[in-house]
Amino acid sequence: MTQGKYNIGNWKSIMDYDEYLTLKPYEQGGQEKRRLLSRRISDLVCLHAGRCPEYRRMLEVDGFTKEKNDMVAGGKLSYEDVPFLPVRLFKELSLKSVDQDEVVKTMTSSGTTGQAVSRIYLDRTTSMNQQKVLAKIVSDFTGASRMPMLIIDCPSVVKDRRMFSARGAGILGFSIFGRDKVYALRDADMGLDVETVEAFLQKHQGEKILLFGFTFMIWQYFYKELVRLKEQGISFDLSEGILIHGGGWKKLANEAVSAEEFKRALAEACGIARVHDYYGMAEQTGCIYMECECGHLHASVFSDVIVRNPKDFSVCGTGEEGILEVISSIPESYPGHCLLTEDIGVILGEDDCPCGRKGKYFKVNGRLKNAEIRGCSDTYEMKR
Amino acid sequence: MTNREKYNNAFIESFDVQENQLENLKYQDIPSWDSVGHMGLVSELEDAFDIQFETDDIVEFNSYEKGIELLKKYDVIID
Repeated sequence: MTQGKYNIGNWKSIMDYDEYLTLKPYEQGGQEKRRLLSRRISDLVCLHAGRCPEYRRMLEVDGFTKEKNDMVAGGKLSYEDVPFLPVRLFKELSLKSVDQDEVVKTMTSSGTTGQAVSRIYLDRTTSMNQQKVLAKIVSDFTGASRMPMLIIDCPSVVKDRRMFSARGAGILGFSIFGRDKVYALRDADMGLDVETVEAFLQKHQGEKILLFGFTFMIWQYFYKELVRLKEQGISFDLSEGILIHGGGWKKLANEAVSAEEFKRALAEACGIARVHDYYGMAEQTGCIYMECECGHLHASVFSDVIVRNPKDFSVCGTGEEGILEVISSIPESYPGHCLLTEDIGVILGEDDCPCGRKGKYFKVNGRLKNAEIRGCSDTYEMKR
Repeated sequence: MTNREKYNNAFIESFDVQENQLENLKYQDIPSWDSVGHMGLVSELEDAFDIQFETDDIVEFNSYEKGIELLKKYDVIID
């Protein structure tokens, strides 16, 4: 394969992505979704091969030619056949497919001291499309109108506007679903700001309320405090609340808190009944996998998840555990459309979840052994 | 105050810009109109016109002109 083959100068997609973005998130299943997403991914392969030299070299090393990519577009192959990049590559290389002056935002993933940080470069189009996709996915669970929003975090997490941590980006991304936003935790000590929360709940009595935060933060700084306050006779009624949380379970697994226990304990502490976990990563912001009413994580029409055998990277069948690969239709400013994560999981089924949503549904079982320890909400280390 | 004045003021307050910069101004054109600034603009407009944007409209709102078009949905006409 010669270098020129992908070097197409004026990239023009064969598919209108703005039209793709008008699709409802969970109505296409089976071959229809496979065809749509394959065409979009083949467009992105062309785009990034043309604009990101490192990405083009990786395709060449893999022997993934323009002809093979055309077969993905045409339906003979699919996005399962497109080479994936290990997610940690974004920590080692500065991968982007736009000029620096088009970058409007740089996102970083988990950045505790001593850990490498991913840098994700976003241009205007990619950043807007992330927001659009997120809006479509989450609205499917919350409805179109915005709810009063209680953010289970401290305000300083969104301080640096040009450089967001995964936590900050998550909070800002989700803030479009809320109004009258209030932060529940204090900057100084991450303590629960009881007065603020009380005033907020008083003001919005009887209304549906959106709560958002990171899994570990909610457990450590919200749930535990609710339990402590309850012993003193102070309790909050959040039975009208919808809690959306993400960021991973690693730290809670260490405390032996399961997803079921998390829900049960929160319901007992404050009456909250609707709790949705989500799976997602800074490298594919926008395409999150929301947990449905049946407790399953769902892939929308804008993305997909593939489980791969750790020995030979072949695609696992339903019910077989392996490494998760995530596919996103969004990224145009960096080559993050097909990424191998460091998580293990299993596909539970496709198109037939009792909740009625089409597409694959799956479960994340944990992190790969020997993978660098990482989990978004785990970056706030307790100072003792 | 006319609706146009209220609309312009929301931009001027939120982004610290001059009135003559508003025409053709787009999301992310200036550092202050980023995702944080955008939500600030949304609250200013909601207060000024006593409306509540839907999530989709916040996402679609990507320029000074687009905002005028979207506000029609909320019976706010900016002449």
